[in-house]
Amino acid sequence: MQAFIDQLIKEFTRTFITDNRWMWFRNGFQNTLVITVVAALIGIAIGVVVSVVHYMADSVKHKKKRRSPGAWLIVALDKVLAAYVSIMRGTPLAIQLTIMAFIIMAGFPNKIVVCCVAFGVNSGAYVSEVIRGGINSVDVGQMEAGRSLGLSQLASMRLIILPQAIKNILPALCNEGIAVLKETSIVGLISVVDLTRASDLVRSRTLSPYFPLISVAVVYYLLVAGLSAAVSRLERRLRQSDRH
Amino acid sequence: MIDIKNLHKRFGRLEVLRGINETIDEGERVVLIGASGSGKSTLLRCLNLLEEPDEGTIVFDGVDLTAPDTNLDLMRCHMGMVFQHFNLFPHKTILENITLAPVHLRLQKKAEAQEKAMALLRRIGLADKANTYPAMLSGGQKQRVAIVRALAMEPRVMLFDEPTSALDPEMVGEVLDLIRQLAQTGMTMVIVTHEMGFAREVGTRVLFMDEGEIKEQNDPQTFFRSPQNPRLQEFLSKVL
Repeated sequence: MQAFIDQLIKEFTRTFITDNRWMWFRNGFQNTLVITVVAALIGIAIGVVVSVVHYMADSVKHKKKRRSPGAWLIVALDKVLAAYVSIMRGTPLAIQLTIMAFIIMAGFPNKIVVCCVAFGVNSGAYVSEVIRGGINSVDVGQMEAGRSLGLSQLASMRLIILPQAIKNILPALCNEGIAVLKETSIVGLISVVDLTRASDLVRSRTLSPYFPLISVAVVYYLLVAGLSAAVSRLERRLRQSDRH
Repeated sequence: MIDIKNLHKRFGRLEVLRGINETIDEGERVVLIGASGSGKSTLLRCLNLLEEPDEGTIVFDGVDLTAPDTNLDLMRCHMGMVFQHFNLFPHKTILENITLAPVHLRLQKKAEAQEKAMALLRRIGLADKANTYPAMLSGGQKQRVAIVRALAMEPRVMLFDEPTSALDPEMVGEVLDLIRQLAQTGMTMVIVTHEMGFAREVGTRVLFMDEGEIKEQNDPQTFFRSPQNPRLQEFLSKVL
């Protein structure tokens, strides 16, 4: 028993204390967090734009005769964005990340920014599908009520539809956030040191797999659990208006 | 005030409106009746272009609503609409429901809009509900708030799309009472309803719609006393 504990302490020391290796983990953790948060925000921004453009294009599609120039523009933009969503969902994220790093943003000095953009642009495609579902889940009468009061389509969307849609899609949006967090573990591909990469680096030094791997797994898990808990609290608060 | 010319509307291959020509003058209270599927709701919804007509024009206050360059949002500010299913905003309080549009469109300052909304709520006896959410109101209360929400925009005409059809019977009275009060103020109204007694009492003119056309119209007394069109006679014999 004593021998086992001694071994444990020795392993722990080698993984975290020697050469200040905990710093690797700390920096990796920071990078993981930064990439996840920024990418998720970019993803939500893109997702909202894509889904709202799609909604607007849908609402002018039936009119062939009296389309305004703006309506044509929206329909065209919607086609482009549909292609974007299709490509993002149809190619592996690892390929998208490397294309972003070595072709589109080749030579860009800050690889963290490259990661944020790559993950954000990818996530935006998925988020747009989620939000599209959320918008469709809101009764059409809500848009009609907004429009009948003289609000524009965009204003009705922003003030009436999206706030209600968000409530319906929060769980799905949370899942997307969790997916982004876990997907960031591939940024080592373009030599960015995140939590996963940090553990790999330490493992290659100490040649002992247990502490580096199990500890990062625990950290990922705690982050996901925290995120889930925060979202379910938020959901409860948003549901206030439904109470009878 | 509202001029409807040669209005056609199709849903796919189904022609719901087959050439409607009608003029609604200021101060009139026009009631549309007819069986379900006769096109009366579609006609009403065309008036503020919630349904876009396939052919024809609707001129409101001298402005052609069907022209592509018309600022529809601006025109809709003058046309209040009340829906069968109330369509209150569930995520907003009663007060916010009423003040949202006038404040957002900068027609009224926030304090002013709130004051006006409270005055309207007091008039319908729901001032104590101002800060609750729609889910906490009964159907009748919801519909009265919806009417007040439309009134807060100070519209020149009110469109009612079967305002009592989704209500429990015991709540129909309170909503009709409010519309009656509104009628006494001289507000121009277009009402789609199945309440024949109400149509007779409140309307200044009753139109009978059938198969996408206005088959008969008259002042309420004559309309209900001596209907001419056989389809109308049949319809009235069923509902009265």
